[in-house]
Amino acid sequence: MLEACGVSSPEELFAHLPEAVRLKRPLDLAPGISEYEIVQYFRDRAAENANGYASLLGAGVYHHYRPVLVDTVVARGEFLTSYTPYQAEIAQGTLTTIFEFQTMICQLTGMDVANASMYDGSTAVPEAAMMAVRATGKGRVLIANSVHPEYREVLRTYAKNQGMPVEEFGYVPEAGTIDLEELDKKMDDLTAAVIVQSPNFFGIVDQVKAAAEIAHKRGALLVVIFTEAVSLGILEPPADADIVAGELQSFAISPCYGGPFAGIIATKEKFIRQMPGRLVGQTTDSRGNRAFCLTLSTREQHIRREKATSNICTNQALIALMATVFMTVYGKQGLRELAVQNLAKAHYLAGKLKPRFCGKFFNEFVVKLDGQSPDDFNRALLKKKIIGGLPLGRFYPELADSMLVCATEMSRRADLDAVAEIFARSTVEVMA
Amino acid sequence: MITKVRSHISPNESLLFERSSPGKMAYQLPDLDVPPVDAAEALGADNVRGEIEGFPEVSEVEAIRHFTRLSTWNYAIDYGMYPLGSCTMKYNPRINELVARTEGLAWAHPYQPEALSQGCMEVMARVEAALAEITGMDAVTLQPAAGAHGELTGILLVRALLQQRGNPRKKILIPDSAHGTNPATAAIAGYAIENIPSSETGVLDVSALERIVTGDVAALMVTNPNTLGVFEENIIHAAEILHAKGAMLYMDGANMNALVGIARPGDFGVDVMHLNLHKTFSTPHGGGGPGAGPVAVKKVLEPFLPTPRLKRSGKRWAYDYKRKHSIGRVKAFYGNFGVLVRALAYILAHGGPGLRNATVDAVLNAVYIRKQLEPYFDLPYSQPNMHEVVFSDDRQAKLGVRTGEIAKRLIDYGFHPYTVSFPLIVHGALMIEPTETEGKMELDQFIDSMISIAREVESDPQLVKNAPHGTRTSKVDEVTAARKPVLRWKG
Repeated sequence: MLEACGVSSPEELFAHLPEAVRLKRPLDLAPGISEYEIVQYFRDRAAENANGYASLLGAGVYHHYRPVLVDTVVARGEFLTSYTPYQAEIAQGTLTTIFEFQTMICQLTGMDVANASMYDGSTAVPEAAMMAVRATGKGRVLIANSVHPEYREVLRTYAKNQGMPVEEFGYVPEAGTIDLEELDKKMDDLTAAVIVQSPNFFGIVDQVKAAAEIAHKRGALLVVIFTEAVSLGILEPPADADIVAGELQSFAISPCYGGPFAGIIATKEKFIRQMPGRLVGQTTDSRGNRAFCLTLSTREQHIRREKATSNICTNQALIALMATVFMTVYGKQGLRELAVQNLAKAHYLAGKLKPRFCGKFFNEFVVKLDGQSPDDFNRALLKKKIIGGLPLGRFYPELADSMLVCATEMSRRADLDAVAEIFARSTVEVMA
Repeated sequence: MITKVRSHISPNESLLFERSSPGKMAYQLPDLDVPPVDAAEALGADNVRGEIEGFPEVSEVEAIRHFTRLSTWNYAIDYGMYPLGSCTMKYNPRINELVARTEGLAWAHPYQPEALSQGCMEVMARVEAALAEITGMDAVTLQPAAGAHGELTGILLVRALLQQRGNPRKKILIPDSAHGTNPATAAIAGYAIENIPSSETGVLDVSALERIVTGDVAALMVTNPNTLGVFEENIIHAAEILHAKGAMLYMDGANMNALVGIARPGDFGVDVMHLNLHKTFSTPHGGGGPGAGPVAVKKVLEPFLPTPRLKRSGKRWAYDYKRKHSIGRVKAFYGNFGVLVRALAYILAHGGPGLRNATVDAVLNAVYIRKQLEPYFDLPYSQPNMHEVVFSDDRQAKLGVRTGEIAKRLIDYGFHPYTVSFPLIVHGALMIEPTETEGKMELDQFIDSMISIAREVESDPQLVKNAPHGTRTSKVDEVTAARKPVLRWKG
């Protein structure tokens, strides 16, 4: 090959590089190691993490069972090692699964159209806000502070440089639902989007319909966020929303220390052309057979460059495929049963703890601790090999005495009972 | 001359929704070990949905057959060469997949206590250190989820620094050969875009740059090697011009597979850059993601990196959230951790010397293809190329056959097409990137196929224009798909 290339050594291939740019030493990285050693390295790292703990953590990342079929399908090289399906004739596998994904997301959310996925739920929020800005021609965004705190941080990062003012509105202290009065007061005619989450960060099923009325009255769009997709198996879909943006981690995507996950954006038909991200559409091939292809790409960066609806390029196709297989395995009946099991486990736990809010909740809720700090309570739980809930003081100073806890179908009754026992004991201690 | 494929059966398969029958299921849940709850009571009757209309109802075997049948309709790296220029479609080692599923890593919750997350944090610290060494930069953030997301992060960092210096400035300069994400990113970061034409030799025109760079310019976004696969020989000079006017040099690391172990952006004047771990570092593309787009910066930009930052606290890793100059978060949690694990597996497997060898092989393969195909296809720019080569369809277009048609004909020969009509500065581009993955046998089959198609263009252009002929799905009508969008199944 060297001869065919007209060089006598591989180094000659780089002879045209200016001397000053060349690295004149080897990279300071150890020599390669064998497959066995690599496996061992990561096992050792995993051993430095939590192992064999039960957990009460949710807060945007949930422990749900991953059906075996999910990894069986995504391990297929045809899905794993293919590129974005630009060449439709030899990418019908990926294209068909994305079309099915889009359809199922619509069925779940009550929207007309869904895209092929976003990076995750958090980045879907600014994308939804920018979409609302394009659709309304207005610039301001009002977001509930019961939307996941890290999602709000991501929105602020994006908004800062776009002349998109972002303001927050609060929650009702008793119920944990959005403060409709405050929302109404803060609305104006320059607001492009009202953003709420349901179930919200506190796990409470929020007032989507009422928020929609307030938003629509002043010509703004309502964006509804979800972080716990399993809730859609039992909860009324947010059909009053104009845009639904959410996170599918609950659908067979392992927590994986925070990613990769898959976000979605779904919307009403009339906003299709304002959507970011890839879309797959149905068409026919030259023989008249049904076929699918990427479509409406005139919205996208590789065609529109600086006038694109978003700069998103790579999305989360393989992760979206995990979610597709998950939805297929659980199906119409299973997703509902799964949601009902989550509901039962969380309400069992709530019966033994002290929920802070009176609002209706799905599989997580806020617990108020009397007299002891969430950190102390969590330390007591850790001794029983249970990772406690998320202390809320970091995000909500007024809730410094509270934590967010979650139970799913994977929570065992024995562990929930152990939590309850420690909670009861600590309450008694405080009272004593 | 078609040596790689012959026809075989290809099963038909309807959509999940068309296969469904009421009552079929593929799931099992354990019996509930707590008392059941009445959903209407717990959630409020108004909040409980009816049945999810149209949702699938299939058995387990139907589910696996469905996805397996669909999978056979895809081309993939596991089938053969995937010469998409600028996409770096290299082999995805399966060890990456195995270690990413290590239980203590895959099931780690991002909010579990730091003391119980030290393994994950150590992995991230090691990835940061390795990428800093490979790029010659001072600090790395792993938060961005993909290349374009990394670009946005990088430009926001530039903006934050310039803002601190008193003026964020107005413009980002982008060569006309750039990826479409670059201008889209700059626009989202609140900048105006000024396109700069490439020189006659397809590289940065430094004298033009000297004229254009004013106090209004925040940064130049450049891909190096550029999208022609040509190293920007004047990069150091370009950096000096920018720095003299207080502007920054951003490098799109999409083509880093040409440089690892050979040259480091940090050594040639780059201030900030992103990497695509799903390209250079072999994490799979997965049909379009997930990726990861870490951003590497020089010291001066470090204070602005997204929160949180990893820091050493005694013998442990901790997160530093109190960073007053930070641009903030670009994503929830810490980044696409599972992708970072895969990239680290690749780095550990290769080691320093192996990474450099991969670069050498990637360039050798691309130069080999160029030498073999040069007699048959027009080469618009004659500079030495690195990891990819860009031809134009000039000769074939005179006979009425365009690059997109040649690409479709390549499918009949058993190959995925190259990148079509990009970069925009080459009319009718054929952009070919073999990567280090391919051995001589696969390369020769590809080359023979391209030569055979070049001959078909002369002898039977219609054969090429109507391609592909051998696929289960023939030419797809993309125009109708866009005119009358059908984006979901409706029964």
